[in-house]
Amino acid sequence: MELYITELSKYFITLFIACYTLECFLLFRFQEEEQRKAGYIRQNVWMFLVHFSCFLVICFETGKIEYLLFYVLQQILLFSTVMLFRMIYPRGNLLIINNTCMLLSIGFVILTRLSYERAIKQFFIVTASIIIGMAIPYFIRNLTFLKSLTWVYAGIGIAALGVVLILGSVTYGSKISYSVAGVTFQPSEFVKILFVFFVASAFNESWDFLRVAMTAVIAGAHVLILVASKDLGSALIFFVVYVFMVFIATNRWIYLFLGAAGGAGAAVIAYRLFAHVQVRVQAFRDPFSCIDDAGFQITQSLFGISSGGWFGLGLFRGNPTAIPLVEADFVFSAVAEELGLLFSMCMILICISSFIMCMNISLKLQDRFYRLIAFGLGVTYIFQVFLTVGGGTKFIPMTGVTLPFISYGGSSVLTTLVMFFVIEGLYIIRRDEGDKRARDKKHKNRKKSRRREEYEPWDKEEEKA
Amino acid sequence: MKNTNRGTRKKKKRNRQILAVTWFFVCLFFLMMGYTCHYAVTHRQALMNNSYNSRQEILVAQNSRGTIYAAGGQALARTEIDGDGKETRVYPYANMFSHAVGYAVNGRFGIEAQANYYLINSNTRLSEKVASDVAGEKYPGDSVITTLDVDLQQIAYDSLGMYKGAVIVSEPRTGRILAMVSKPDFDPNEIDVIWDDLIKDKESSVLLNRVTQGLYPPGSTFKIVTALEYIRENPDSYSQFAFQCNGRFTHGEERINCYHGTSHGNEDFKKAFAKSCNSAFASIGLELNRAKFGNTLNDLLFNQELKVDFSYNQSKLVVNEDTTDAEVMQAVIGQGTTQITPLQLNMITSAIANDGMLMKPYLIERVETSDKSVVKQFSPDSYKRLMSEEEAQIMTELMEEVIKSGTGTKLAGASYTAAGKTGSAEYNQVKTDSHAWFTGFAPAEDPQVCVTIIIEGAGSGGDYAVPIAKRILDACFAE
Repeated sequence: MELYITELSKYFITLFIACYTLECFLLFRFQEEEQRKAGYIRQNVWMFLVHFSCFLVICFETGKIEYLLFYVLQQILLFSTVMLFRMIYPRGNLLIINNTCMLLSIGFVILTRLSYERAIKQFFIVTASIIIGMAIPYFIRNLTFLKSLTWVYAGIGIAALGVVLILGSVTYGSKISYSVAGVTFQPSEFVKILFVFFVASAFNESWDFLRVAMTAVIAGAHVLILVASKDLGSALIFFVVYVFMVFIATNRWIYLFLGAAGGAGAAVIAYRLFAHVQVRVQAFRDPFSCIDDAGFQITQSLFGISSGGWFGLGLFRGNPTAIPLVEADFVFSAVAEELGLLFSMCMILICISSFIMCMNISLKLQDRFYRLIAFGLGVTYIFQVFLTVGGGTKFIPMTGVTLPFISYGGSSVLTTLVMFFVIEGLYIIRRDEGDKRARDKKHKNRKKSRRREEYEPWDKEEEKA
Repeated sequence: MKNTNRGTRKKKKRNRQILAVTWFFVCLFFLMMGYTCHYAVTHRQALMNNSYNSRQEILVAQNSRGTIYAAGGQALARTEIDGDGKETRVYPYANMFSHAVGYAVNGRFGIEAQANYYLINSNTRLSEKVASDVAGEKYPGDSVITTLDVDLQQIAYDSLGMYKGAVIVSEPRTGRILAMVSKPDFDPNEIDVIWDDLIKDKESSVLLNRVTQGLYPPGSTFKIVTALEYIRENPDSYSQFAFQCNGRFTHGEERINCYHGTSHGNEDFKKAFAKSCNSAFASIGLELNRAKFGNTLNDLLFNQELKVDFSYNQSKLVVNEDTTDAEVMQAVIGQGTTQITPLQLNMITSAIANDGMLMKPYLIERVETSDKSVVKQFSPDSYKRLMSEEEAQIMTELMEEVIKSGTGTKLAGASYTAAGKTGSAEYNQVKTDSHAWFTGFAPAEDPQVCVTIIIEGAGSGGDYAVPIAKRILDACFAE
């Protein structure tokens, strides 16, 4: 009986997440949030089924009843997040919130499997983060002075990173975090958001060469501090996000090419200068030749990914804990091993659908500042996913960043949640803009029709493309 | 009005850039996803067999190791489980298949290593697994059905007797390996007990599979390669070749003797090959274009990795413009620094037998679950064309003459026509001891079986290796 459940559940879990993923993309057929409603409800059902069947397997495999209780708590959290959000922000975007909950639940499942203790810790951090995050869309929508805090963002960002550089504790050869009262902070995570706000507000009013030069200096300062802290993954994210944002803000391809050339040059210099960069490149090129040291992590990750096959070995059936740092930087490999390649590919597609939604919001926003923020946060998110998945699969050299929502780590999950709630706020702003436009139009038309003295029933659509 | 138009155009332009970035990342991700899946699926076996991969142990703990069968259905290796659940790997034929099948403790070797991934996996039906669960047993691992033929292996094994050496029997049309014997051998049932002795004994290298890993001077069997090169360089005039042999050939300081100093008298190309005349071939060797010769060696897979699924050593011989006359004279008669594995010689011979096309040699026919449903079927696969059909035809005729009137007459007069080449490779500078070689196939008109034999230190190929080939071929074509 147990075996039937655990063996068959592999296929069902894959099916459920595939259905969820399909819904993500089918939603883009509709222009209006109203038309997507049924799809969102179906997504919630698929999400519930994935989460439930994973925990069913966990309970059968371990025979421990406390996992059941933990499951119930998670279910309550995820359910109330979706419900509360719908109540507080009836005009919010449900794809973003659904994807957030779907990815969080995958994170809970895989963390429970890897380390129950850490999963519980993560659960509390997520709960707190969601409570904080729920208020964010309101503030984004109402605090208009956010546009003018350019130098505040830059100041806080550089200060926070600088403090780590000076006082930070060394984790795996990089100075990236410091502890206050037993809680470990990794400021580079939060500063990502501040940085996007900084660039967006700097380019809000003007986008001439002087602006570009000025922001480049500040961006360079961020990147250099991170490089000095040996947090190369974050440095790379800041750099790439900056280049893309300048490109969009100025509308000039030249900056993209300059950025690419500069990045390539910097990569070569970093390779020449730093031994730890050389080690990682070596581990990328031929991990099996240095399997005992530099290549150990990546080869273990590859063992994990390949051993699962399309449908995975099943939860608790593999050996993902053989991969060092599996809960943080290599969580993707653990998912691929036990839940299967198809499942992990669906997971990536869900991330992509969130990204596409961000870009979609950015496209439609009229306000330059908000538009740049939506774009910047979207790129930050997807580039981070790219770095961690690509690093774990040997598509690119390892950089040591976390997989947002899935990986263990308070700073990471809090930051990503804040990012997504900011995007929710932007989405609401965009709908407001749409309403305003529709009203204006209506007003104009009404004048016209009054002249003609005939009325037509007005379309109930809230916005028109 | 004009202003708003410009505004929308500007906005469209801006949108185009955001869309470009979106597509850039979507494409990048699809590339990465494709790469990840492709890598994971194609490298699964290799990664699973890596000794750093702890996931093997999970499978080993979960499934009992599968059975290895001969082509005829006889078990060559199976796992017996006693009442306490203790597993013992049993090899019913003991020493006979020691190198071909190998062992699975103290590391893995032979088919046990090559097919490890299949043997430790279990694809049996779910109901079967449930039954095993209920009975508190491990799941039965998948079985591997090999191409090995127990009868041929037995004959080859017995024929080698007390000698050290190697025998490989294959099907030139498919690449299936029917027998693979290496001596000295060992009893894989006892591997645990005798391991330390085997490791200490550096002299006789018992654990070496001489078929695929043994590197020998090829002796006169190498004249196959020399003859092929000569034909390639003189396609129209090779048949007009004439040589007067007086038992030795001198060029500068270097002197080449015919085997036991025999004078072969007047020879054409066919006779020189059939009689294995060293003097004639040394003179041919000096005429050859060394750069082209080097290319031919590469065509015949010397000095390179082989695309085979078992462990092997590379055969070595480099000839180029810098090779001296003396070195060439030695090389063309298979002496000097040339080293070849019986496997490689068998592959070259097989290609001649199969109209120039080499089939990839293989040992595993298919993988089945314990309840006989097929998990994976391996089918014949062409490896590479080593020579043209015409060249293969000419080589076959030359090799037929070896049996009819040359050094391989002990194979003449059988119910089938054989073709082959003998060799007596001198491996010692001081003494005249030699390894006895034979490589050949039968029937010459429609080759079914290809045999390569080496007997270390036995003497001449014609006297010692050919009779073994005859016993094997007789068994193959017995009514």
